[in-house]
Amino acid sequence: MANLKNVTKKTKAQEMGMHSEVLTGRTQQKFFNPDEAENFYYFGTYDVDFNKRTDLDVKDMTAAEANKKIDNLMSEGYGTIVIKNPQGKHSLGVGILNKLNLIFEGSLGYFGIGSCDGPVVRINGRVGWSCAENLMAGKVVIEKNAGSCFGAAIRGGDLICKGSVGARTGIDMKGGTIIIGGDAGAFTGFMMQRGRIIILGDVGINLGDSMYDGTIFIGGKIGSYGSDAVPSDLTKSDQDWLRRKLKVAEIGENFDVSKMTKVVAGKKLWNYDNLEPTEKKGAI
Amino acid sequence: MCGIAGLIHRNKSSNVGFELQGMLQALKHRGEDSTGYALYGDTDGKNFIARIKIGENVGEGSSSVAEDVSVYDQRKKEVDACINELGAEIVKEERILPYSLRYEIEYNKKDLLEFSQRIESIPGVEILSMGKSLEVIKDLGNAKMVCERYNLDKLIGTHAIGHARMATESGVDIKSAHPFWGYPFSDVSVVHNGQLTNYWNNRRVLENKGMRFMSECDSELIAVYLAEKMRSGATLEEGMKESLSGLDGVFTYFVATKNSLGMAKDTMAAKPLVLYESDDLVAMGSEEIAIRSVLPQEIDTYDPFDGEVKVWQI
Repeated sequence: MANLKNVTKKTKAQEMGMHSEVLTGRTQQKFFNPDEAENFYYFGTYDVDFNKRTDLDVKDMTAAEANKKIDNLMSEGYGTIVIKNPQGKHSLGVGILNKLNLIFEGSLGYFGIGSCDGPVVRINGRVGWSCAENLMAGKVVIEKNAGSCFGAAIRGGDLICKGSVGARTGIDMKGGTIIIGGDAGAFTGFMMQRGRIIILGDVGINLGDSMYDGTIFIGGKIGSYGSDAVPSDLTKSDQDWLRRKLKVAEIGENFDVSKMTKVVAGKKLWNYDNLEPTEKKGAI
Repeated sequence: MCGIAGLIHRNKSSNVGFELQGMLQALKHRGEDSTGYALYGDTDGKNFIARIKIGENVGEGSSSVAEDVSVYDQRKKEVDACINELGAEIVKEERILPYSLRYEIEYNKKDLLEFSQRIESIPGVEILSMGKSLEVIKDLGNAKMVCERYNLDKLIGTHAIGHARMATESGVDIKSAHPFWGYPFSDVSVVHNGQLTNYWNNRRVLENKGMRFMSECDSELIAVYLAEKMRSGATLEEGMKESLSGLDGVFTYFVATKNSLGMAKDTMAAKPLVLYESDDLVAMGSEEIAIRSVLPQEIDTYDPFDGEVKVWQI
């Protein structure tokens, strides 16, 4: 268990109401400290203009070449980049720690949009396994279907698939929101730790298996509940949030959210809840 | 991590040898210890086609022991004699490589069990496939290398399945390479991506029922398991559905017969599969890039769900 200290003198962060507890022995506390402004800037990010737009045909490029080219275009100030002919290539659009409007005219293979922080991405096709893994912030919209491990370990941002997804959607997720317009496979929300998942269609077996925390909303049928996942009461504030989120996500705006099933963790892990400041848990 | 691919044309024949080569070559990063093809060619359906291995490829990377070519020659003589004793006639023979035979055989019995048992009683000999349409070709190296070695890119047929192997559970050799023939059933073949954790338990049970294993590759179990189910009267699809609970571990596998192609995915959905389906063509593979090698335009694909079994007819 982390060693918590009471601090009498308020820092700038505490005055802003961001947190009131200081953790020791955990390095990420420093990461979230706004008193140190440089922590909010990534080395190598660029000022881009969303009105400055260009196309990039990646048909004859490797993933590494395409990603390097995207980086070069951002360094030239391009804020809107349209990728032509992705043709199911793996690992496209990864490691973008920048605001950017990125559009893929086609489908991606595995690990697309991995480890990103900030971009708004639209994929006019399908994505393979592990799309948007470790997403920190931003918005990713997939117009067709997605493979398994969709949104694995995301920390933040909105991840939207208008079609159906494979197994283990939101596995190990630690924040953010995943929204699925169609059905989802087995082990959705497996070992989920934070954040919210919304599935408008049916979901497979072992929903929320071994989940620590977080919330899952299901619009259709549930194959079976996993260990530790239990249904919970759908509150009015849940419904308001769902309506708002579906509208913003441009998906299921007229969906009857009042009939959705809310699923949460059925067990409390004693040490788990003490590891992070309460306010941080709400900031998802 | 292995790669599997398959396709079936439902209203026409096509150059499935070339198409499958492209699909498997796109998956070569998933493993190129060996590559195998199960091709269902257009034939007149009169004679059996047997692909027989009388030795191993002992080239670079092989885990097999080198043998003198004279040993292969002796085995071939024994195979030829055995075929004659069984009342069968070799109509056409090809020996593309010293260790690989392709025979067209006139044989009037439907049950291939006795035939297969007699041929395989010769030490060092294995029937890779036998059927009126099926030909299993497998060897060390990636898809392009195997295709060129056996001249497969001209083969016209309706459907095919294949496998790009990264050896994990057993050696780098032809006997452990996929596809596996559904011995002793004519025209049945299987490819698999995954690991089976109750291999030995199932193998003991099946061997007690008289089924034969030629390797220690866990994937061979699927072919034998399905063959035993069919021998007991189940349809292919029924056998595949039973396999979801009968086989333990993680798997996605394809199985093909003379006029059908099927897929099954375990209940954990732990192994990948991307599927494209239209009225004329079904194409599937471990990754979408395999399908893109035959359909480069934008297409709608999806991942089958956990525990799903699908079978398509020509």
